[in-house]
Amino acid sequence: MATAVEVRDLKAWFGKTEALHGISMSVEANHATAVIGPSGCGKSTFVRCLNRMHETIPEAKAEGEVKIGGMDIYSTPPVDVRRKVGMVFQKPNPFPSMSIYDNVAAGLKLNGTRSRKTLDEVVERSLHQAALWDEVKDVLKKKSGASLSGGQQQRLCIARALAVDPEVLLMDEPASALDPISTAKIEDLIFELKQKLTIVIVTHNMQQASRVAEFTGFFLMGHLVEFDKTEKIFTNPTDKRTEDYITGRFG
Amino acid sequence: MEFPRGHVANNRFTQLRRTVTNHAATAVAATLSALVVSTLVAIFAYLAIKGATSLNWSFLTQTPKPVGEVGGGMANALIGSVIILLIASVLGLPVGIGAGIYLAEYGQNPLGQAIRFTADVLNGVPSIVIGLVAYGLVVYEQGHFSALAGGVALAIMMIPILARTTEEMLRLVPTAVREAAFGLGIPQWRTTVSITLASARAGIITGIMLAFARVAGETAPLLFTALGNQFWNLSPNQPMAALPLQIYVYANSPYEDWHRQAWAGALLLIIMIVGTTSIVRFVFRQRLGGAR
Amino acid sequence: MTRIRFHQELDDLRHRILAMAGMAEQAIDLSVQAYSQRDAALCQRVLNNENAINRAEREVDEFAIDLLAMQQPMAIDLRFILAVLKINADLERVGDQAVNIAQRVLNMIEFPASELPVDIPAMAAKVRAMVRDALRSFIEGDTELARHVLEADDDVDRINHEAFSSLSRYMGEHPDRAVQALDALSVARNLERVADHATNIAEDVIFWVRGADVRHGAGQTIAGN
Repeated sequence: MATAVEVRDLKAWFGKTEALHGISMSVEANHATAVIGPSGCGKSTFVRCLNRMHETIPEAKAEGEVKIGGMDIYSTPPVDVRRKVGMVFQKPNPFPSMSIYDNVAAGLKLNGTRSRKTLDEVVERSLHQAALWDEVKDVLKKKSGASLSGGQQQRLCIARALAVDPEVLLMDEPASALDPISTAKIEDLIFELKQKLTIVIVTHNMQQASRVAEFTGFFLMGHLVEFDKTEKIFTNPTDKRTEDYITGRFG
Repeated sequence: MEFPRGHVANNRFTQLRRTVTNHAATAVAATLSALVVSTLVAIFAYLAIKGATSLNWSFLTQTPKPVGEVGGGMANALIGSVIILLIASVLGLPVGIGAGIYLAEYGQNPLGQAIRFTADVLNGVPSIVIGLVAYGLVVYEQGHFSALAGGVALAIMMIPILARTTEEMLRLVPTAVREAAFGLGIPQWRTTVSITLASARAGIITGIMLAFARVAGETAPLLFTALGNQFWNLSPNQPMAALPLQIYVYANSPYEDWHRQAWAGALLLIIMIVGTTSIVRFVFRQRLGGAR
Repeated sequence: MTRIRFHQELDDLRHRILAMAGMAEQAIDLSVQAYSQRDAALCQRVLNNENAINRAEREVDEFAIDLLAMQQPMAIDLRFILAVLKINADLERVGDQAVNIAQRVLNMIEFPASELPVDIPAMAAKVRAMVRDALRSFIEGDTELARHVLEADDDVDRINHEAFSSLSRYMGEHPDRAVQALDALSVARNLERVADHATNIAEDVIFWVRGADVRHGAGQTIAGN
């Protein structure tokens, strides 16, 4: 199986505080990998390093080696990295002043694609992949992104991220603001998307991790404590700290 | 677990007191609001009463008649105000909005602090002082009064308002929106221009209207810059008439007829300002669609 | 420590299964004692207690299933509950075996006592020790003790085999004592089954504590693990 993301000794800081202490991990291509851990353990920080979003915070720094599909992200311009590595955030954030169509097309349009035909095709394809096409196909340009329901907005954000054709999709607690049905739809989506992409999903909901991810990494206080197949982590973890966390003895 | 009870008074008297306080507060707020609105209405009504009769077609199309003669109008002043405001906008909007963008997106540093401080101070500088500055910068250098100088003066007044409101409106756009754009690989400058600005559009337009309304009625800065003109003039390099100036001159004169025209001019000025603001808001309300 | 209610309920489950174990152990003790003493009253007690054991089995199952559904247990907690479910079934079967023994004894008592070439009480002692050790390994979470139980099973199997041979021969020689011999054979077989259940319990304990599935001989490769 190909490795989509190879992380070696990744460290990250917020100003003087070291938030990640040398993380090394291999993320399998075309699989979903979950990142779990208690609040403040560094899981979001880790994931945001993978598309160089961590650096956008003032005084934030990251060091180490991260290779995505062979490309070293620290010797590539951040903008190019982010076109290969998409991101979906915890709270759905469609562009408020834009229609559904414009939202999905934004990534392409604002990076230079002009052709009407190409944009139309990509918008339709992305909305299909995000399982949103049927619900919005008649109001693509009439309704704004913000007028959809929470679950639809999140799928819109997924469509928007997919439109630029990334290799890896990072999801930072994508369903935590959604109701159970919308959550289930997004989980089904992840199952479908795995065929084309690699997914890294941060979640504080362990049941979700066990439902969608083949591999799971447990973070604690900026360290990667254990990384293994999800079944192993949840039925017989090797490290006591992992076990204490998933059985709810702390966290 | 023990939950203490009984320390929150809830007897009949307290409830009555609360209801009364509630209603009293509402009444006070309503009264004060009515006071403000009625002041505005009173001004408008007074102007209408005094000037409506004089606001006729000839007033709008004729230039002032020679001193002593009855009749004539403020056509040149009306057009002059428009031209001067246009010049001010061309000079002031890019600088003001540009500064606002810088402060919001890149300005978390000492330079940004300095700019903010300067803008706030500039906001408080008396308009006549700004007029004098424009005099020194433009009139003195060129050797003559001009509409351009007037435009410069008004632009200087618009800039701090534009900068601060633009900054505030851009700040209101949630970080999440910018992050979404970055996540798509859109560069910072493109994000600012196409996403952040677009999202803050309504607020920025309000800022522009605010700045416009502020300077449209200014008289003092035009005193030593545009100077005023009894005749038709469309050239920005020459002295130009403006409504506030004309009103000032007429109101201070000993002539009954000019007093009458001053009232009409004041009414016209108010109508112009309110009208422009309303039209712009209306036009741009349509564009906002379902988003809010 | 978080999830107070969950841990209290796990404790509760533990008490229930141990109570169940107590009843099953007592049933075996009584039935073996009845055999030694040819006591019909003891047999009757065993038969009467069977309902209680069956009811307890149902209650433990229900409780465990609720815990699984409502509390989303993971890792060791999950393995514990699964182990309890299996041990529950084994203990109920042990109860059934005790009933079978009691019934055989009731039958035997109707016939004259005879010297049979098989030492049931000795075999029973070994089996009871296995059951006791298996249950203690559960209480202590002691996988060494559990492994001990697995090893002791071979012994009991051998005894049962020998009983079969000697009793067959005896029946050939004393056909008028065939009934007693057959009853004794049946008792031996039931005891051997009880030993098997004790072994199952020991395997479940190892699964719970180690997460290792050592059933059907797979445990040989995980020695000392």
